[in-house]
Amino acid sequence: MKRELEAAAIALLASLAVGSLLVLAAGQSPGHVWWQMLVRTCSSEYDLGQLLYKATALTFTGLGVALALDAGLFNIGAEGQLAAGVLACAMVGTALPEGTPAIVAIPACALAAAAAGGAIGALIGALRVARGAHEVITSIMLNAIVAGIALWIGNQYVFANGTTTGRAIAPGAQLPGLGLGGSAANAALVLALAVAGAMWWLRARTTWGQAWRAVGSDREAARSVGIAVSRVQVLVMTGSGALCGLAATSFVLGHKHAYEQGLGTGTGFLGISAALLGRVHPVGVVAAALVLGFLSSGGLAVGDLVPKELTEMLQGVVVLAIAAAVPIVRRAP
Amino acid sequence: MIEAALTKRYGGREVLRAAKLEVAAGSVHALVGENGAGKSTLVKIVAGIVRADGGTLAIGGKRIDLARWDRVAARAAGIGIVQQHGAFAGTLSVVENAVLGVERGPILELAPVARALAELGERVGLPIDPWVRANELPLGAAQRAEIVTALHHGAKLLVLDEPTAVLAPVEVDGLLATLRRLAREGTTIVLVTHKLDEVRQVADAVTVLRAGESVARFAGELDIRVIARAMVGAELPEPARVEAPRDDAAPALECIGVGVGAALAGVDLAVRRGELVGVAGVDGNGQRELALAIAGLAPHAGRVRIAGRDVSAEPPARRLAAGLAYVPEDRHHGGLVLDASVADNLALGRRDVTGAFRIDRARVARFAAERIAELDVRPPDSAALARELSGGNQQKLVIGRELSRPSLAAVVAAQPTRGVDLGAVARIHDRLRAAARAGAGVLVISADLDELLVLCHRIVVLLRGRIVGTAGERAALGALMTGAAR
Repeated sequence: MKRELEAAAIALLASLAVGSLLVLAAGQSPGHVWWQMLVRTCSSEYDLGQLLYKATALTFTGLGVALALDAGLFNIGAEGQLAAGVLACAMVGTALPEGTPAIVAIPACALAAAAAGGAIGALIGALRVARGAHEVITSIMLNAIVAGIALWIGNQYVFANGTTTGRAIAPGAQLPGLGLGGSAANAALVLALAVAGAMWWLRARTTWGQAWRAVGSDREAARSVGIAVSRVQVLVMTGSGALCGLAATSFVLGHKHAYEQGLGTGTGFLGISAALLGRVHPVGVVAAALVLGFLSSGGLAVGDLVPKELTEMLQGVVVLAIAAAVPIVRRAP
Repeated sequence: MIEAALTKRYGGREVLRAAKLEVAAGSVHALVGENGAGKSTLVKIVAGIVRADGGTLAIGGKRIDLARWDRVAARAAGIGIVQQHGAFAGTLSVVENAVLGVERGPILELAPVARALAELGERVGLPIDPWVRANELPLGAAQRAEIVTALHHGAKLLVLDEPTAVLAPVEVDGLLATLRRLAREGTTIVLVTHKLDEVRQVADAVTVLRAGESVARFAGELDIRVIARAMVGAELPEPARVEAPRDDAAPALECIGVGVGAALAGVDLAVRRGELVGVAGVDGNGQRELALAIAGLAPHAGRVRIAGRDVSAEPPARRLAAGLAYVPEDRHHGGLVLDASVADNLALGRRDVTGAFRIDRARVARFAAERIAELDVRPPDSAALARELSGGNQQKLVIGRELSRPSLAAVVAAQPTRGVDLGAVARIHDRLRAAARAGAGVLVISADLDELLVLCHRIVVLLRGRIVGTAGERAALGALMTGAAR
C-alpha cells in the first residue's frame, strides 16, 4: 500500500519535472503556469465542474481497465467498449416512450451501456480462453471494428438527416446536472463513486475478488487450489467491458442527452492511464481520474499561456513516469 | 588456502556476521548449514560475485583488498565457482561459454579452446563435448562442463554450490569421486551442501554456518549427528514411523492406466487409507505429469478415483472437494501467490474457511493463526507477504493450507521439501505422517530418496513415464531409477 503511494508520488513528481521543462520550452515560467493552473481551476466553478465531468467518465473506464489488470489481463479495448456503451445507451434512451419514469429509464439505459460494453469484453475473454488469442491484440482490433459498426448503425438508424447527432433521449432517462457554473458535471459522478466503492468491497472482502486477484498474481496457484481460471478470465473481461460501457451514463444520460458521433472518444485510452496511475486499486483509480481530469481541465484554463497540446503530452508523461517508477519502488527492500 | 571472516548485510539484515571459513590447500572442505544460513553468500563473496560489507579475506596467504575483490580478480587468483543454477548462457555452446568474458580480442579462436577443454575433461575424468549448446545438455553434463571450464581457467580453488541437488544418485557418486580425485591432484574444493551423507563421503573438514555465523568446524572423523545438531542448534527428535495400514484398508487414491501425452504411459497405482507411498525417479521421468493428472491440472487418459469416487472427468475444484489435497512441486509457480499475505495464501481457494462469497475475516484470521502455530511458521505474522518468507516457511504455508482440508482422503505431495531446511523438513514430514495417521492416503513424489525412505511404507519408481518396480532400499531404488535393474 505504502509502496503504491510512493510509486504514484514519484511518478507525479517526475511528471511535474518533465512538464516544467516543456513549459520552459514553450517560453513560460513553470512556477507561474502551475500556479495559474491550480488557481484558475479551483476558483472557477465551471472549470471545477469540467474537472469532475472528465473524472467521472475516467473513473468508469479506469475501473474497467483496473479490474482486468487485477486479474492479469490487459484490456486496451476500453475505447471500443465505451463506444458500444454510448451507442446502446443512447439507442435505448431514444426508444423509451416519452413518459417513462426515471426509476425505469435510467437503470434501463445504464444496463444497456453495461451490456454492450460487457458483450465486447466477453468476446475478448472468450477468444483468450478458447483460442488463446491475446487480449491486447483482440481488444485493440475490436476498437476499430466497433468504431466502424457504430458509425454504420449511426448512419442507418440514429443520426438525424445530414447530421452526426441522434434524437434526444426520453426526459426520464436524463441525469440531473450538478450546476457548477454551467459545466457538464452531472449525477453520474455519484454512480461512479458508488461503483468504485462496490469494486473496492468486491476486491477486498469477497471470494470473487480473492479469485480474480489470485488469477492475476499466479494463474498456476489459482488453478491448483481449484479456481476455474478460464471462467474467471471471461467474467472479468465481461465486467471490465461493462464498467467501460457505463461511462456512457455520464456522456449520454448526464450531459449530451443524445447520441453524437465520437462522443467520449479518448476516454477509453485515458482510462488505461487512470488504471495504471491508480495502481489498479479502486480508490487509487478515483484519485488518478481526478488528477488526469485536473490536467485536462486545468490545461484548458491556462490555454492562453501554453499550447493545449502540452496537457496531452503531460498525460502521456504521467503514464511513462508511473511505468518507470514502479520498478524503482519494487526494488527497494 | 582460504582464511576468511566476512560480514554482509542485505538491507538492514545481517546475513553474515564475521563468518569464519578456513580451508586447507588440497582438501575437500564442506560448508553446511540450513537454508538462509548464509552459505551461498559466503562462497559468493570468496568467488568475487558478491561484495562483502566488512571483514577480512586471505587467499593462499595473501591478504585481499575486499573493496576491489570482484569476479575478474577472483578468477585471476585461481578461484572457480559452479553455481546452484548453472551460469552458462543456454543458447551458446560450452566452448563459447568458456571464452565468454575472458577472451579479449575481437576475433574468437574457438577451435584451440575446444580442443583444450576436451583434453582437460578426459584427463580429470569429466568427459565433455565442447560444441554442444548448453541448453541441450542434461543437468549433470552441464555441471561437468562448468567444472572443466573452471579448471581450464586455471582454478586452483573450486567452489561448488549445492552441486548434487539436480543429480541422480549414480551421478552424485561419480561427482563425489571426481572431487576426491581433483583434491588429490592438488585442487582445493569447497563444497556447499545440506546433505550430510555427502559430507561424510567426501569431506576432509566441515564448517557449519548457522544464522550467518560459523558455529563449528570439524576435521578428521566426521560424526553426522554432531554436525546435524550444530546445524539446527538442537537435537532433532527421531520421528515415530506411521504403522502400515492393514491390507484391507479402503483405497484412498487409485490411478488406473493414467497417461499424459508421451510423458506418462498408463500408470497403475493405489494408495490405501493410512498409507504413505513414495514415487521415486530422476527428475523428468513423468513425476510432474502424474501429480498434475491426479490433481486434474493436465488432461489425462485413464481413471483417477479419490476415496472410491471416479473423478476422471472432473475439474480440479471437484477433485479437491472429493477429498484430495494437492501440494504442487514448485511453491513459486502454483503453490503460492507470492504478493499476497500469509493469511490470504493459507485461505486461498478454501471456501470452507472464507465463506462462499463474503470473506469471513475473523474466521480467516483464526484459521491462519492455527496453521502458523501448527507448523511453526516464522515470522508468525499472518499479514507478512508470502514473498518475504524463507523457502521452508513458504512451503509450510502450502502444506498448512492443503493438509488442513476438511474430509481429507488423499494427499498428493510433489517434492514437499525441495530446497527446505532441516527444521522445516521435520515439521513437514510430521504433518504428512499426521495426515496418514488420521486416515488419508499420502502419495509423496520426491527426487530425494532419503525423504522417501524415512517417510514411506512402499516406494515405486517411475522411469520414462512407467512404474518400473517397487523397492525398499537405496541401492535397489538407484538401479531402478537409472534402468540398470532388469
